[in-house]
Amino acid sequence: MNDWIKIGRLSDIPRLGARTVETAQGQVAVFRTQDDEVFALFNRCPHKGGPLSEGIVSGRVVVCPLHNWTIDLVTGEATAPDEGCTRPVVVKLVDGDIFLELAVSKKVAHG
Amino acid sequence: MNAIPRQKLVVIGNGMAGMRTVEELLKLAPARFDITVFGAEPHPNYNRIMLSSVLAGEKQVDDIIINTLDWYRDNGITLHTGNPVMSMDPAAKTVTAASGLVVPYDRLLLATGSKPLMPPLPGLDLPGVVAFRDIADVEKMLDAADKKQRAVVIGGGLLGLEAAWGLRRRGMPTAVVHLMDTLMERQLDVEAGHLLQKDLTERGLHFFMGGQTEEVVGTSRAEGLKLTDGRTVPADLVVVAIGIRPNVDLAKSAGLDVNRGIVVGDDMKTSDDAVYSVGECVEHRGQVFGLVAPLWEQAKVCAASLAGDPDAIYVTPALSTRLKITGIDVFSAGQLAAQDEADEELIYRDSAKGIYKKLVLRDSKVVGAVMYGDVADGAWYFQLIREKADVAEMRDRMIFGQAYADVSCKGKGGVDVAAMSDDAQVCGCNGVSKGAIVKAITEKGLTSLDEVKAHTKASASCGQCASVVQAILAHTTGEVVEAKAAGMCGCTDLSHDAVRHEIIAQKLKTMDAVRGALGWHNHDGCAKCRPALNYYLLCAWPAEYVDDGQSRFINERVHANIQKDGTYSVIPRMWGGLTTPSELRAIADVADKFKIPTVKVTGGQRIDLLGVKKEQLPEVWADLNKAGLVSGHGYAKGLRTVKTCVGSEWCRFGTQDSTGLGVKLEKLMWGSWTPHKVKLAVSGCPRNCAEASIKDIGIICVEAGYDILVGGNGGIELRGTDYLTRVATEDEVLEYSGAIMQIYREEARYLERTAPWVERVGMDYVKKRILDDESGRKAAYARFLHSQKYAQIDPWAERVAGVDAHQFKTLAEVE
Ligand code: SRM
Ligand SMILES: Cc1cc2nc3c(=O)[nH]c(=O)nc-3n(C[C@H](O)[C@H](O)[C@H](O)COP(=O)(O)OP(=O)(O)OC[C@H]3O[C@@H](n4cnc5c(N)ncnc54)[C@H](O)[C@@H]3O)c2cc1C
Ligand code: SF4
Ligand code: FES
Repeated sequence: MNDWIKIGRLSDIPRLGARTVETAQGQVAVFRTQDDEVFALFNRCPHKGGPLSEGIVSGRVVVCPLHNWTIDLVTGEATAPDEGCTRPVVVKLVDGDIFLELAVSKKVAHG
Repeated sequence: MNAIPRQKLVVIGNGMAGMRTVEELLKLAPARFDITVFGAEPHPNYNRIMLSSVLAGEKQVDDIIINTLDWYRDNGITLHTGNPVMSMDPAAKTVTAASGLVVPYDRLLLATGSKPLMPPLPGLDLPGVVAFRDIADVEKMLDAADKKQRAVVIGGGLLGLEAAWGLRRRGMPTAVVHLMDTLMERQLDVEAGHLLQKDLTERGLHFFMGGQTEEVVGTSRAEGLKLTDGRTVPADLVVVAIGIRPNVDLAKSAGLDVNRGIVVGDDMKTSDDAVYSVGECVEHRGQVFGLVAPLWEQAKVCAASLAGDPDAIYVTPALSTRLKITGIDVFSAGQLAAQDEADEELIYRDSAKGIYKKLVLRDSKVVGAVMYGDVADGAWYFQLIREKADVAEMRDRMIFGQAYADVSCKGKGGVDVAAMSDDAQVCGCNGVSKGAIVKAITEKGLTSLDEVKAHTKASASCGQCASVVQAILAHTTGEVVEAKAAGMCGCTDLSHDAVRHEIIAQKLKTMDAVRGALGWHNHDGCAKCRPALNYYLLCAWPAEYVDDGQSRFINERVHANIQKDGTYSVIPRMWGGLTTPSELRAIADVADKFKIPTVKVTGGQRIDLLGVKKEQLPEVWADLNKAGLVSGHGYAKGLRTVKTCVGSEWCRFGTQDSTGLGVKLEKLMWGSWTPHKVKLAVSGCPRNCAEASIKDIGIICVEAGYDILVGGNGGIELRGTDYLTRVATEDEVLEYSGAIMQIYREEARYLERTAPWVERVGMDYVKKRILDDESGRKAAYARFLHSQKYAQIDPWAERVAGVDAHQFKTLAEVE
């Protein structure tokens, strides 16, 4: 599949921060960790739809700004005891450029 | 014109109910009365309940002092100890003390407690005969214990058994003479009473049941008892603990209505409008009292009444009893046995383990509980009694305890705090529920029993529930912070205080430096420690530290409050609550131009624009900036609002320019970052229209100057301010307030507001820093001014000029 869409450069996103991308399927949050890894999730918290892009990022998790659920950036799953999952988006980083693959989203782990 | 003169309140009786009333009153109306307290005993107020523990050697006298002499001084209370009031004159409104001192009052509080009941027995006046009521009695008993004498206690009730056990613990051979055939017959049924007697006999006490004392024998001092049936009990110490009698002498001779106790109405007033009464000396609707739980309730109502609340009404709460003998668990509440055909009894008996439980049911409701040996579910049964809950559903299981009654919960053995419901009462003395304890633990980050006691008063009276409180603490912190109770978060074992200390000591100036030097487990920290570290560094190194936006909660990162739909609210500053037509016009124009759905006047005397989209924020701010409006920091752990009233400029009662002073304070403090949000208010007179007494720092103007109040909170847990001091000039208000602010900034833990901070460090400490140490105060004020140089930059203007532009734009739009 060659549906990679370039959305910007790594340097556009602050370390331990996120930016949003508008897509036909909804808003996507693209996160950058301390170690310059990049992850993308649909920008809706599984709890009550909070904008995850506005949360505090650390390690490979983001804490939702509305009620503090902790969401795993890799799987989109909420950390116990909370339960729920937000859809992850496949993302890759090539020479500082960030690409999303929107046609085939990663499978949701469950739920 | 003058400030309202304080009224004179005289309190007779420096005991538990009287002083609790004063404490409650200081919370409600700290400035209303000049208070004078007379105590017959030579001590400051102490926890009488704990005398049993002092006797048993589990506590020292010093441990049971409730209010130290400093406390009286700091609250401006005049205390006369060892100086009983001998008479009162309701017509002249004066009292006369043993020393001859005559003190006038506007309001009088009688809190004289009760006297030990002394039977009319021959020999009762011999040396060696004591009651069990106060420190002096305990001292006499300890003296006898030192001499390894023999003791006999008359009375097998709660008090008598605690006395007997204490003496036994001190090594004295001790006997108990009890009139009835079972112990504690008022609290226990026959079966539980027998189990208790068996246990206490095994622990070395001797019992003379059904024994009526005829006389105390002895010539120059007590040598023993002679009972009416001829039995004799040799003893060198005779303790009389057969009951108490309300201490009504003063009230009676002053002509107040007195039956068994001093008659009070629902507002705790006696038959004289100026005289109130609380405690064991009162009689309310025919009832007299002998336990502290109802007294706490009376204290609350009486304080409200004294503070001018006409609606405060006392209702006697349901009562439960426990015996404070370590290792013996007894609990009872309500009816002890079925009284007629309509009542049912559920009984559980395990004689091998010495466990006995009985519930009395009527109409599918629990009306009584008696427990021996295993009292873990006492609080739960007591709650069912108070709530008059229908228990038909769980009738078959409930005798086994809450864990079994509620099948969905797995019992864990012991006190199953997990299975306890939130409103289950844990501390009966102070009426503290499990929920309140859990809330205090989680919100305030409490980690020790003492902290929980200080914040909730749970287990602060009789201490019986301490183990349950401890279990709740373990359970709560164990789950919430994964057993790292003392650490800041999962990233470190160090406490907030330790981290702050190291930041300064090791001159750590970046977050990486802190995490590296102090061995953080996660190299980039977590959402809990990062905002705290960011604040600590900013506070420690105001000129050097570069703020880390990514470690801030979204509101502080984008300088607006996120709403539930992801839009934001925008609150511009209105200095001291003042605004102008042109500011209002600018706000109206912005609301129109950006189609802002809601415009609201906030609780902080300014205007909130709600429902602004994130991308619009810089444009909205640009327009507001043009009209001179800057960020109100409505989102910040920083200075929020300074509320004011109209003051002397307009108000016919205003004593000073409260509005102008409010503006000065806000101009002084705006932009500062603090451990938690900070709110101020300035009221122009003690009518206090700006609600200064529930603010972090409150100023109340009076004719003679300005009263400075600290540590108030009108939020989740209402707390009235503590009175700090009165100053004469506005400049002093600024200096004192700035210094308080800086000490709070430097020493409170992140997310700790001034109210819990003041409770933790104590008002004495705040006074020491601000009042007693003039150069320290001035230095703190100077540090505050220094840090403000770097803080007072309007964040909105910065962002309008392009700072953090990426925050307000999407990265890309794709198909
Ligand atoms: C807007 C306002 C309500 C209103 O429409 O009047 C408000 C709104 C919020 N308050 Fe408040 N509080 C507002 C006045 C108050 C007051 C009254 C006052 O300041 O005189 C109090 C009680 C006084 C006090 O703080 O002691 C108050 C006690 C709280 C608390 C409890 C704080 C506590 O220590 O117990 C919270 C929760 C917190 O801060 O953790 C809170 C939290 C909030 C938050 C920030 C909840 C949140 O996290 O989203 C709300 C933000 C709404 C928004 O986006 O604007 N708000 N809040 C008021 C803004 C005042 C202003 O002009 O800045
Ligand atoms: C050993 C012991 C154990 C107890 N254990 C428990 C328990 O486990 N649970 C429980 O709920 N309750 C317990 N109680 C009961 C509890 O202590 C009382 O209910 C409570 O102290 C009553 O408070 P009060 O303010 O009415 O009286 P007090 O605390 O007795 O205060 C009255 C004060 O007024 C003073 N006074 C009297 N007349 C004058 C005067 N004319 N001028 C100046 N001062 C005067 C007295 O000296 C006294 O200091 C216990 C009591 C004792 C003695
Ligand atoms: S009281 Fe405050 S926090 Fe609660 S809903 Fe109202 S504004 Fe929000
Ligand atoms: S919406 Fe994310 S935690 Fe509630």
